[in-house]
Amino acid sequence: MNYPPRLEFRNPAQGRALQQRLQRAVDRAGREVTVMHVCGSHEQAMARYGLRSSFPSDLRVLMGPGCPVCVTDAPEIDACIALAAQGLRVLTYGDMLRVPGRALSLADAKAAGARVDVIYAATQATEIAKQSSEPVVFFATGFETTAVATAALLLQNPPENLQVLSAHKWVPAAMEVVAATADSQVEGFLAAGHAAAITGYGLFEPLVQRHQLPVVVAGFEPLDILAGLVELVELAIDKKAQVVNAFPRCVSRDGNPKALRALREVFELGDGQWRGIAEIADGNLKLRPEFAKWDASLTYAETLRSVAELPERPWASDCRCGAILSGQSEPSDCKLFGQECRPEAPVGACMVSSEGACRIWFEHGLDGHHRQRRVGPSPA
Amino acid sequence: MKTPFADQFIAAKHGAGGPAMRALIGSVFLADVEDSEVLAMDDGAAIPFGDQWLVVTTDAHVVHPVFFPGGDIGRLSVCGVVNDLAMMGACDVLALTSSVILEEGFSIELLRRIHASTQQACREAGAKILAGDTKVMGRGEVDQIVLSTTGIGVTRRVIRGGGLQPGDAVVITGTLGDHGLAVLSARHSLGLQGDLLSDVAPLNGLIRQVLLAGGAGIHALKDPTRGGVTAALSEMAERAGVAIVLQQQALPMSDAGRAASELLGIDPLSVANEGKALIGVHPDQLQAVLQALHSHPLGQAAAHIGQVHASEKPALLIDTGFGQRRLFEKDAEPLPRIC
Repeated sequence: MNYPPRLEFRNPAQGRALQQRLQRAVDRAGREVTVMHVCGSHEQAMARYGLRSSFPSDLRVLMGPGCPVCVTDAPEIDACIALAAQGLRVLTYGDMLRVPGRALSLADAKAAGARVDVIYAATQATEIAKQSSEPVVFFATGFETTAVATAALLLQNPPENLQVLSAHKWVPAAMEVVAATADSQVEGFLAAGHAAAITGYGLFEPLVQRHQLPVVVAGFEPLDILAGLVELVELAIDKKAQVVNAFPRCVSRDGNPKALRALREVFELGDGQWRGIAEIADGNLKLRPEFAKWDASLTYAETLRSVAELPERPWASDCRCGAILSGQSEPSDCKLFGQECRPEAPVGACMVSSEGACRIWFEHGLDGHHRQRRVGPSPA
Repeated sequence: MKTPFADQFIAAKHGAGGPAMRALIGSVFLADVEDSEVLAMDDGAAIPFGDQWLVVTTDAHVVHPVFFPGGDIGRLSVCGVVNDLAMMGACDVLALTSSVILEEGFSIELLRRIHASTQQACREAGAKILAGDTKVMGRGEVDQIVLSTTGIGVTRRVIRGGGLQPGDAVVITGTLGDHGLAVLSARHSLGLQGDLLSDVAPLNGLIRQVLLAGGAGIHALKDPTRGGVTAALSEMAERAGVAIVLQQQALPMSDAGRAASELLGIDPLSVANEGKALIGVHPDQLQAVLQALHSHPLGQAAAHIGQVHASEKPALLIDTGFGQRRLFEKDAEPLPRIC
């Protein structure tokens, strides 16, 4: 077998050139520049390559509502737990297991005897349902990328014992909310390349027009992120509101028409609560009436009504997940961060998910957005 | 922040070589120990022996699958112990003992193959198994085979994992992560097996050359087994009270290993090796040591991967070429039962 000798887009010399351009851009602004990315994978890549340690000290790159697990609302998890408590078998992506609802997590429910199984792909849900004579509930979570997978399986006319509990979210709606926040300092968005591969970058044009903020679509290799940030910061400083595709090898203006068609055929936009942030208009993806027979929220409507009355957890008031997800705080601003709230005993959802800002910062030893203290000599 | 030991039951993490395992050992095996020699908790024990040191170490092996690309549990059981001795400077192996626990129904033909591989590894290491024990347990009471090996060696100078000094260069003797990635790809039939082989090998011959070339400049040795390079260097930094900065670009990897780790999203720095050593060496002896490594068949891909710095707090960092980040040991071993 032949392998490429080196992976592209990880060339440090090119990275340094981009870092210098970023520095020059921020220097030219002569003030603090704040931008937001909306993707856990971007934060992971930044942490993995130590990108934050070489950002200009006057550049703030906030992580917005980009962790699908984190923004799944506690009552949505409670709804799933309620179905499991009723004796139904529940299938979930692994990341959701330990996210606390208002009283319990799915992992707690499993430990108490509920039938909760982890799946890695939506297609597994259909397979499991086919092999089962009883109802199987698929807790369908995530953004555009996983929503397409859910849509695809529903379009294949799965067995009716497959019941889909959709908690899918639509990211552009949350970007609208951040952009519309009166005291928002966000001067531009770095959009997630993989989601844009489905939706197309044209999707962001109305947002850019409405809020006069630039959006740059970026990939996930270190050079992709740096190139995207350079583009974004230059646009923000020059007050140029436009969409730029900095990930052209994967993203087009119109996206993936087949995937988009599937998404629109199966889901419609509806208002929904994003954990810790707000009720977001058109923020949730709900199953269309044509798919009612697979819609767990209708099939089990009576059970789910009881979920609304659960009390809040006592610590919820100290947790700053909401402020972190909406870009008003950073993980290190939270007094629980790394203390009461740690990956092995998380308080907030942001410390649970591998895409959560708190978890990523904790695991990579980040404790503030400013330049990390370097050890040893600086690179030439 | 030291957290009290709250766990009630043994979990997989307690055998992963990371913080949870050390916490378990500290809270159970060393709970009532005050003897500093016992508390040293190194890979082996060093006992004064005339003008030399007798080094003793022991290791149990539970790998799944029992045969993996590039090796098997028999070869592993010899190399694990021989390498632990070598990491303390004891390159001459006086004796090995081996205990085998077999599951009822295990194939005697497979046992012969494992034994042949054990003997081959002994020949490579210049070691002999001089005592042994055999037990059989009922079906389901043990998974196929467990091999437990003890080794005795001698050395004039005991080398410790925690002997790093500021200014030292950190060297690895070859490519990263091959053992863990090969075992994982065998387990999950990734189709990379042809190219991806475990590195399991006895290192005493290689380390003998390193010690000849580096002399007193060799400050620290450790084999990055469970938890990989991250766990080994974190512990070395912790014990020496220093900071280590690795250079990502300098890390040697096989093409197949790189492909597998990208494909699986597994950090090769946290994956087990069974035929690699980390060496802390004074900069004056660095070139001689690299030369010695490169002229040995097991050291062809050896590389200078990092630098030791004085630091208020122990730390392990990596310079990715784009910036620096800290590396942390994780309790969640990506692959249980690999050695």
